[in-house]
Amino acid sequence: MHRSLLVHVYGWLLLLPAAVLLIAFTHYPAIASLAQSFFSPKSALYPSQFVGLDNYATMAADPVFWKVLKNNVWFAVGTVPASIVIAITMALWVNGRIPGRGLVRMAYFTPTILPMIAVANIWLFFYSPDIGLIDQVLSNFGIRGHNWLGRPETVMGCLIVMTIWKEAGFFMIFYLAGLQAISPEFEEAATLEGAGRWHYFRRVVFPLLMPTTLFVLINAMINSFKLVDQLFILTKGGPDNASSLLLYYIYQVAFSFLDESYAATLTVVLLAILAVLAIGQYFLLEKHIHYQ
Amino acid sequence: MSVRRGRGFGEWVETVGAWLLALIWVAPLAYAFWSAFHPPEYATHFRLLAPLTLDNFRIALSQAPFPRYFLNTFVLVTMTLTAQFVLCTLAGYAFARFEFFGRELAFALVLVQLMIMPEVLIVENYRTMSTLNLVDTIPGIALPYMASAFGIFLLRQAFKTVPKELEEAARVEGAGMLQILFRVYIPLARPVYLAYGLVSVSYHWNNFLWPLVITNSVETRPLTVGLAIFGAPESGVQWPIITAATLMSVAPLLLAFVLFQRQFVQSFMRAGIR
Repeated sequence: MHRSLLVHVYGWLLLLPAAVLLIAFTHYPAIASLAQSFFSPKSALYPSQFVGLDNYATMAADPVFWKVLKNNVWFAVGTVPASIVIAITMALWVNGRIPGRGLVRMAYFTPTILPMIAVANIWLFFYSPDIGLIDQVLSNFGIRGHNWLGRPETVMGCLIVMTIWKEAGFFMIFYLAGLQAISPEFEEAATLEGAGRWHYFRRVVFPLLMPTTLFVLINAMINSFKLVDQLFILTKGGPDNASSLLLYYIYQVAFSFLDESYAATLTVVLLAILAVLAIGQYFLLEKHIHYQ
Repeated sequence: MSVRRGRGFGEWVETVGAWLLALIWVAPLAYAFWSAFHPPEYATHFRLLAPLTLDNFRIALSQAPFPRYFLNTFVLVTMTLTAQFVLCTLAGYAFARFEFFGRELAFALVLVQLMIMPEVLIVENYRTMSTLNLVDTIPGIALPYMASAFGIFLLRQAFKTVPKELEEAARVEGAGMLQILFRVYIPLARPVYLAYGLVSVSYHWNNFLWPLVITNSVETRPLTVGLAIFGAPESGVQWPIITAATLMSVAPLLLAFVLFQRQFVQSFMRAGIR
């Protein structure tokens, strides 16, 4: 009895420091955002007042909100499947017997360890009109003067290409781990039966990698809602919000327009999206993985 | 025989494909090196014998306090990792070996942070930091990340695989709870600490949004924020100088990666599988 009580005390004491910080910087701010979203912003003249769903009504009528949400969906659609396909290809190649495997793997993985700010700095020069590398190369063929980042039709494509370059190598790692967990006996059996490489991949490897694919899929989607660093360098969300994403808009509303109630309302939407993705991950994935 | 030849050809095509993709993948970085080490007029003129120069680095260093930014990032990363090791070790130990009341619920609440990283909650966290008077301080940047759900999770998994017999043996020898942690659990989890350490250092070396929000002076700004201000198009700094500054900022991590490539890849893999 005495000893078992000590177990509870020790357990909680060990957990306490981490628990305090987690509550202070994860749980409390999530709940505080929800609460603030029902109040008006505090100003010099008026204190913060309960306004019910007014902030949500403002949001529903805000064309910028719908635009950034749509952008975010397109950003996810543009980056996630392409990154996954490239990541699988990379992993298959690096897991095979190609010469110089270590160097190839390093080349694929390097963008992962670079900060997004540095990546954006480098790519900004590619996309610059006239003096940029792409325009310089194109001018050799008589094509000139594209403002790649300055036009609504091309800006999102530019961000997508760059993000794929940055992230594919990271997802490759998960596929490498998945591939190494596949028993070599499968390949021997497939070879004995005369199955070709593609057939073996489609019928054996790809299905076995399904949990990895789901894991990468969900995490890539979460990333596409969390990763906005590049916007600060490349576009500032422009032109006319054509490249803005939800988290970037939250930043603008909070720290440029100084409307913390509306920022909190937008944060609630972002949290809801992340929660849906997390629940999706749980149902698709976690029940197949045994933690114990 | 013909099957073998077909396969050989297929492998050859795959090798070429793999190398082509690798070349495409290093090209942007290779280009950054080119423009940083050559005078501006060679930025888009690729001549084998173009003169090399370090002027771009010299100018970048003279125009912005990069040494100070380096120091800030170094302090930030060290502070964050040290606190993470301590907090996550204690919490991971609690979850792995103590059947305390409310353990499952507490663990589920910890995992929430895997989905809701602090950078999503910049608005409220900024408010908290101003209440705590920690705006524009390095601890203010580090604090929301110190209790890391990811670290707690990894260490819990690692501690769970330690055989209970080892703990019993240590207890028979009269070791207390914390002694057992230090003598048995921590040494056996060393690869996990390395993996988590590498992932955490690269994450915080590169982190941007929250440091941008919470800092506003040279004395606290980490490299990423300093670099973003330096490289902003409206700053009007010349291209090769920006690339030189960019390469400087990523150099330590890049160098460590090239030297310890295997450890990096294995760490990210280990941390990713979970």
